[in-house]
Amino acid sequence: MSTRVEPPYSLGSERLRRRKAVNVVMEVMATLAALLAVAVLVIVVVSVLKKGIGAINLDFFTQTTTSSFGFGGPTSSGIANAIVGSLVIVFFAVLMALPVGILAAIFLNEFASPRLRAPLQLALDVLNGIPAIVIGIFVFVLLVIGSGQSALKASFALAILMLPLVARSTQEVLALVPDSLREASLALGAAKWRTTLSIVLPQAVGGIITGATLATARIAGETAPLLFTSSLVTNDVNWSPTHPLMTMPYFIFYASESADPTLQEQAWATALVLIAFVLVASTIARYLGLRSRRRRTGKR
Amino acid sequence: MDYASAEMAEGTEQSGDGLAKAIDPTQLGPAAPSPAPFATPTVFKIENLTAYYGKAPAVRDVSFDVPGNQVTAIIGPSGCGKSTFIRCLNRMNDVVPGFHTDGSIYFHGIDLQGKDVDPVNVRRQIGMVFQRPNPFPKSIFDNIAYGLRILGMKDNLQDRVEHALKRAALWEEVKDRLKDSALALSGGQQQRLCIARAIAIEPEVILLDEPASALDPISTASIEDLMHELKNDYTIVIVTHNMQQAARVADMTAFFSLSEVVDGRRAGVLVEYDRTDKIFTTPADKRTEDYVTGRFG
Repeated sequence: MSTRVEPPYSLGSERLRRRKAVNVVMEVMATLAALLAVAVLVIVVVSVLKKGIGAINLDFFTQTTTSSFGFGGPTSSGIANAIVGSLVIVFFAVLMALPVGILAAIFLNEFASPRLRAPLQLALDVLNGIPAIVIGIFVFVLLVIGSGQSALKASFALAILMLPLVARSTQEVLALVPDSLREASLALGAAKWRTTLSIVLPQAVGGIITGATLATARIAGETAPLLFTSSLVTNDVNWSPTHPLMTMPYFIFYASESADPTLQEQAWATALVLIAFVLVASTIARYLGLRSRRRRTGKR
Repeated sequence: MDYASAEMAEGTEQSGDGLAKAIDPTQLGPAAPSPAPFATPTVFKIENLTAYYGKAPAVRDVSFDVPGNQVTAIIGPSGCGKSTFIRCLNRMNDVVPGFHTDGSIYFHGIDLQGKDVDPVNVRRQIGMVFQRPNPFPKSIFDNIAYGLRILGMKDNLQDRVEHALKRAALWEEVKDRLKDSALALSGGQQQRLCIARAIAIEPEVILLDEPASALDPISTASIEDLMHELKNDYTIVIVTHNMQQAARVADMTAFFSLSEVVDGRRAGVLVEYDRTDKIFTTPADKRTEDYVTGRFG
């Protein structure tokens, strides 16, 4: 019974070798692309670190910027006023953009009719696509001309940039909340606003925080709107939102153009601080997102 | 008058010892004489109801009466508008864009589609349990307490939650872990939790939209038991595509099917509505007979 019956077809293929080769090529290309993306980040961080780390010391965080950019001012200087200014401006920007963005997302996802939803989403996407410098000019013409610069006006410009980021990311997490939960709540005689507040939002809160944190990190590094709204600055530490304040992005912009190597090094160091801020913010965001997802799925 | 009271007495007796009979899953036919469906007052009076999604009618020209303190089953093949219909009864379709209805549903004589009718109050009186268990991602206790809190029934919260869980035959299984997430429960337990959640707010009617279709046979049997138990206090309307289930739990059965093509479309229509034993033994309509004998659907 050992006669082997040859099947009428062949399981081998002439194309097998070719297919394997294509497979290898594609795999290598995709891997290289992924490595390239990581490499860009590494190169940026490493070069910023290398050029800026020398300027980082306690004075850098406690002293203010020098008045005589590039003209041999006092040697001991820092960016305390820029950090404070950035904090104040970003704080007020978040204060303006967050409630509006979240409420807009709630309206879009929970209350708007489908006919209204599409154009509103488009409007947010278009707003998201407007270059920061255009927003800067807009706020300059609208608010700054005639009455001067202030941190609040800078916050307003940044809030415009932040609004679509917050609204769209919030809307995406709201859309992930299953309709069955909304129905369950409505069927118990809960009003719509009650359902949104007690059932939908608690489900989405982790994702909303993640989106808001990333948006905050994003606008904290924006420079262009600040040129128009908060660039005629002093070197004092100032918490007043009604004055134009020194900010980290503006300092980087200014100091990196300077002829003074000390200032240039400080610009790199400031960039390092900004990157560290973004890194910390997105780590926190990631952690919060993960925690709420774990809570949602009921696993501990 | 004599007739009615005799029937009523029979009905009471039936529901008294009916539990044991109802559990038996081998009881496929309506062997037990059905209680008197018309001895109880009408809760829903449905008149020429047509329900549309946009322009397309999903259900056309449905009229029948749902008696109180009975189980009314709605059976029929997939896509014949059973779910659409039951969701009209507590205005759950309001949230569906483009949905509207013609005709009337009277709930104790009040037109549910009336302009001054608040759907929130409708749903407070007419609770609903859905096809898939949908507990809130909260603790077991908070799942029940949610409805009570929003309706201001905050006195004796603890007792009310316990009572609801007992009525839904879930108390013994969860009494030691009320603070645990409801999502950790099994599918059958989750569905009983949803029933407990619905009865906690003391509605008059409970609508069940294929409550056992995602459950295993044992969980299904426990839900069916529960219905026999609950109909003493509530009016129950259940959608099911499982004919044996309808035969086991329902006093009255409505058979829905798809109509002939009208204007290029088919819509769900009510073919026959009668006592469950009649529907399953001597249906008046040929289509019903074909369906219940398994020749179609």
